Amino acid sequence: MRVTNPGFWNKARGVALAAAALGSLGASGAANAAETIKVGVLHSLSGTMAISETTLKDTVLMMIDEQNKKGGLLGKKLEAVVVDPASNWPLFAEKARELIQKDQVSAVFGCWTSVSRKSVLPVFEELNGLLFYPVQYEGEESSRNVFYTGAAPNQQAIPAVEYLMSADGGSAKRWALLGTDYVYPRTTNKILRAFLKSKGVAEADIMEVYTPFGHSDWQSIVADLKKFAAAGKKTAVVSTINGDANVPFYKELGNQGIKAEDIPVVAFSVGEEELSGIDTKPLLGQLAAWNYFQSVKNPVNTAFIKTWHGFIKNDKRVTNDPMEATYIGFKMWVQAVEQAGTTNVDAVRQAMYGQKVAAPSGFTAVMNTNHHLSKPVMIGEIQADGQFQIVWQTKEPVRGAAWSPYIPESAKLTADWTFPWVCGNCEKPKYAAE
Amino acid sequence: MRTFKSLICMLVLGAAWALTPAPAGATDLAPLVAPFAGGGFAEKIEAVGNLAASGEVRAAAILEALADGRLMVLAADNRLLIASPDGTSFADAITGEVVAGVSADSASAVTVNNRLRGIVRGALGGVTLLSPDREQRLRAADAVLKSRNLELLPILERAAASETDPQVKPHMDIALGAARLLSPDAEIRLQGVPLLAGHGDADVRSLLEGLAGKAADGSFAETDERVRAAAAAALEAGASRLFIQQAVEKVFQGISLGSVLLLSAIGLAITFGVMGIINMAHGEMVMIGAYTTFVVQECFRAWAPGAFDLSLFVAIPAAFLVSGLFGIVIERVAIRFLYGRPLETLLMTWGLSLVLQQTVRSIFGPTNQQVGSPSWMSGAIEVAGLSLTLNRIWIIVFAGLVFAGLVLLLRRTALGLEMRAVTQNRSMASAMGIRTGRVDALTFGLGSGIAGIAGVALSQIDNVSPNLGQSYIIDSFMVVVFGGVGNLWGTLVGALTLGVATKFIEPLAGAVAAKILVLVVIILFIQRRPRGLFALRGRAVES
Repeated sequence: MRVTNPGFWNKARGVALAAAALGSLGASGAANAAETIKVGVLHSLSGTMAISETTLKDTVLMMIDEQNKKGGLLGKKLEAVVVDPASNWPLFAEKARELIQKDQVSAVFGCWTSVSRKSVLPVFEELNGLLFYPVQYEGEESSRNVFYTGAAPNQQAIPAVEYLMSADGGSAKRWALLGTDYVYPRTTNKILRAFLKSKGVAEADIMEVYTPFGHSDWQSIVADLKKFAAAGKKTAVVSTINGDANVPFYKELGNQGIKAEDIPVVAFSVGEEELSGIDTKPLLGQLAAWNYFQSVKNPVNTAFIKTWHGFIKNDKRVTNDPMEATYIGFKMWVQAVEQAGTTNVDAVRQAMYGQKVAAPSGFTAVMNTNHHLSKPVMIGEIQADGQFQIVWQTKEPVRGAAWSPYIPESAKLTADWTFPWVCGNCEKPKYAAE
Repeated sequence: MRTFKSLICMLVLGAAWALTPAPAGATDLAPLVAPFAGGGFAEKIEAVGNLAASGEVRAAAILEALADGRLMVLAADNRLLIASPDGTSFADAITGEVVAGVSADSASAVTVNNRLRGIVRGALGGVTLLSPDREQRLRAADAVLKSRNLELLPILERAAASETDPQVKPHMDIALGAARLLSPDAEIRLQGVPLLAGHGDADVRSLLEGLAGKAADGSFAETDERVRAAAAAALEAGASRLFIQQAVEKVFQGISLGSVLLLSAIGLAITFGVMGIINMAHGEMVMIGAYTTFVVQECFRAWAPGAFDLSLFVAIPAAFLVSGLFGIVIERVAIRFLYGRPLETLLMTWGLSLVLQQTVRSIFGPTNQQVGSPSWMSGAIEVAGLSLTLNRIWIIVFAGLVFAGLVLLLRRTALGLEMRAVTQNRSMASAMGIRTGRVDALTFGLGSGIAGIAGVALSQIDNVSPNLGQSYIIDSFMVVVFGGVGNLWGTLVGALTLGVATKFIEPLAGAVAAKILVLVVIILFIQRRPRGLFALRGRAVES
């Protein structure tokens, strides 16, 4: 869902790097095609999104490596085809086409920003490819060719706000919705505003502020926030601020002496990876909502972290939620292929429904027929060591909802790709695929 | 209502009892702190109240450790320990004796959430209000103000009466005033209002507004008419002061943003302004400076962690040298072949910026690097009710120093003279025996080096990632063009004007619209005055 300025710079850089990527592709594409199953990796390795996406590329490579150690899949070795869409949205579509048509990959793991997902969507639908999308996003979508392993709004945003409303969360009555100005924060805040109103929050008690990409001067917004919070009601901040702008935002909060006890900030884009670039002592107690934290204690997670440290050869690297979502997506795909006995996209899609994976979160994740997962929701408080301490979590996994019930237009729609619905955005069942 | 009253009575009695020192003993404390070892948040909150009211001497230490996340539970026998701030040694929470042979793995921190932490801070405030340590009293007064607890009123009265420190006294008075407002007795509430009058602080004003204004249903929240009138008068008294305070705050924020713009643009004012090179790799010089800061700090962390506060003083010359050397190499290897061909220079330097970004990404990885702030740059100071953040103040000072240094260098040194000579008339300067090639390289190196210094300052407020430079390049060009190409003073005035203007527009129109508006204004301005604010005159310009 995160996005950075898709401007002139990125485009031209993309063209420059495309040439390099094309060269490497030619080499790997020619390798022994019959004996391997190819898996596409479509994550930006250069440009502004490289900061987040490179880690996911490594995660997919780690999973492939692990699977090959176990003897591969259907008796064949897995082979990664890594391309670099260079944080350039149109290039994402080109690369996706290349992966499906030229390299004939069986499945693609990729994308981070919503705009890159929207860019590749027509390609996957036209060529009947299979995309696993591992990042939390704004919902309002369900494609036959995409499996969404990140959180939908009802698995992240809504529970986080409910937590802040509860006694343990501080009984917040006044809300500041801060976000970067693009589709994910705007859509999420639209859903949250409707939700808050349904809970009886007055218009005057909601403040909505958007900033440009990479905003680094937060002085006046934080000062305004202080004034907004001084109105005598407990105030909480819901942050959909883009990754890059978070560090200066938190630094300003710390410097102006705002503590989590006074004004808690719950963020949807700040995880272990983002915190590894900041001194977290002033952030003690600030919150994040995810479906997984590295600090979760269970055997699956311990093994996951150990494998990761072994693969990346650095014990200081952290794990985070999108990595866990990649892990779940990959495991599910492997199980579905084994069950179907083929990598044929239509057969694998059918086999995906109801697929279960014991996830590092300590719960069993289940793939639903709306192509979204059932996963637990966790709220964590930032600790001095850059990790999260879980202060609240759901008892059961929550089923991801593609369409939010709080927006009137989308409340009518149903996503269900099995009979009788066979549709991602319908008011009435369709009974068959087109 | 009856139960509520009796509860209040109990609490007041408890607080009164807390004032009479009770004999402390390990046997009394153990059941009080037991819920911390295994209870839920509700039990822990109750335990905090009991502990604070117990009057035990160890209570403050235990609460402090709990708030800081240093209260640990030993996995083996649920014994409570307090970790030292550096986490290396452990003491028994109840007796305070050092416990040897405990490893950090065998104990886990007591789970604390924001709500509990807030309650602990308030309780801790009550316990430490009469502490002999003035810093602790100051923190206690602020914590008590935030927790707003009627039970603490008797202690507050005593603390405020005995307070003599001129800096702590106002904080005590505000906390006392706020606590008096909670009293069921209108006389006491009336005595609380004058203590809150004349403060511009938003929290205090909202308390008064709550008294003077009407509730949502139209009735007065405050039943006593005299209290309402006093609160309204107190608000009136603070109004003009508040107005001035807000204006000063805006100007400070504007100057602070302006100084960041100035720092990032001043190097460009040399390479683009003086030399006329459209240097798209300028942002990457800033980025290299920031990464140099990171490397210097890593060295300090590894070999001299005690001297970490001095790391920036080493980073500044280091960043200047590293970025400056990069600049000289770039000028000698590439740019000098492209003088007089602005389009090619633009493309070349831009390509170079991509190469530098990707190189840094390959060496340091794509993620943010952690650059720490020295202690003298963290936090804020309070000046007449305004809280000004220290890192911003230092950056303003630093930008001023860099600017002054650069002006002196250009005006007062031989190198500066040669630089100006070469840019004004290259062939004449050459004829006078100046080695123009060497001067070109040094000038470009100087501009790049200054960009590196800017990187040191920006590492304190922004991400240190390969993309750092990109976010500043557009703004830098904007400042230089707006101020007038080739004029350092223009860059200064341009940066400050843009900074202050942005900060005054931002609250009215939002951050996104402010950015657009500023750009539109600059476009219109450049239409009217193509040479910027301070245009150079004379023959040099005409050629």
